[in-house]
Amino acid sequence: MSFLELRGVSKSYGDGATEVHAIKDLNLSVNRGSLVAVMGPSGSGKSTLLTIAGSLEEPTSGEVLIDGAELSKMTRNDKARLRRRTIGYVFQDFNLLAGLTAVENVSLPLELDGLSAKKAQVAGTVALEALGLSDRATHYPDELSGGERQRVAIARAIVGERHLLLADEPSGALDSTNGEAVMRMILAACRRGVAAVIVTHDAQLASWADRVVFLRDGRVVDQTMPPPSPESFLEGHPQPSPHR
Amino acid sequence: MSVRHAILALLSEGPKYGLQLRQEFESSTGEVWPLNIGQVYTTLQRLERDGLVESDEPEKEGPQKGFHITEAGSEELSSWLNTPPDMTSPPRDELVIKVLSALRVPGVSVHDVIQIHRRYLVELMQQWTRLKEDEADFDLTFALVVDAELFRLDSVVRWLDTADGRLKRAALEPPVASTMPRLARRLVVRR
Repeated sequence: MSFLELRGVSKSYGDGATEVHAIKDLNLSVNRGSLVAVMGPSGSGKSTLLTIAGSLEEPTSGEVLIDGAELSKMTRNDKARLRRRTIGYVFQDFNLLAGLTAVENVSLPLELDGLSAKKAQVAGTVALEALGLSDRATHYPDELSGGERQRVAIARAIVGERHLLLADEPSGALDSTNGEAVMRMILAACRRGVAAVIVTHDAQLASWADRVVFLRDGRVVDQTMPPPSPESFLEGHPQPSPHR
Repeated sequence: MSVRHAILALLSEGPKYGLQLRQEFESSTGEVWPLNIGQVYTTLQRLERDGLVESDEPEKEGPQKGFHITEAGSEELSSWLNTPPDMTSPPRDELVIKVLSALRVPGVSVHDVIQIHRRYLVELMQQWTRLKEDEADFDLTFALVVDAELFRLDSVVRWLDTADGRLKRAALEPPVASTMPRLARRLVVRR
């Protein structure tokens, strides 16, 4: 069953002659354990799709369901709880709080959700360890490299029991090696059961996804077919072989 | 791909047999370029003729015959490694021609044509990327070859994205749009 579902979602800004349709009649469904990439040029509606899926913005029409629950039927408090407990966001510019250390940044959402500071700290430390950042836990964001900051942002997005990860250009301005490391972490979260959506214009990042959806002018115009297994791909290309 | 120079590179590590050279050539290119043993022997004969390699046992024949690199061979190898390949003249790219042609065919949406190719390329990239997922199975030479393939495909996707955007803007500015078919024709003819 799909964990995130957008049914006929449209979003427009302004009205009359100045009305702009950011997304139109968009359908998207993402299962647990699955990574979906949304590709499209600037202005195609990628970021709007993500903010609506993450309940940060309401659609003009259509319905968003997370774990089967319709967002439009939720109270403000329900949605706030959903954002704290279920959804993790990763933004292009990382959005870490400068006055907090790495581990404080990661454990903050848990503390806001009512967990004791001590327990939140432990969970934050575990999340940082998983991303190879134990020795950076007590550093402040401005003492970290770009790659490390983005890993802290990912740790914050998946700490606790979050099941939906939404990422907007998650490798930001990172070089391709760090970009690949970021995608490996997101994919690893998916293999543990998280449903993830990344929006990007970068085909190399998108190619880590199980499915790539193409947006144009606010509509889904195309999507990739499920890839064959690596083994059958290699049979089609007899030369390369990772097994020797 | 220069088999000749790849064999010189392998011999620069020390003397080797023909069969060993084939095996090492294939593993050093991530097995993306298969090589038959006949090619190895023909290449070795020519290298020997040109004084770039010498046989350790001139009277011996077959797969066990060993070779080593000569001083002239080392100089040739060093010169080849440091000479950039010729990338000055653009290749006649089938995909570019398809997109340029799509501009001229009545009733065909060039954006749809671009999307068909974009999706195909991204699907190929997904397949190459899946090979990277399990790092345990992923050795260094294979990683380098997979990266090269991903960057090559990625550059084509970027060109398609740029073309898509350029055509969209051109359609909003009629004077530019009207010159596009002429430009396409000129480019195709010149090539």
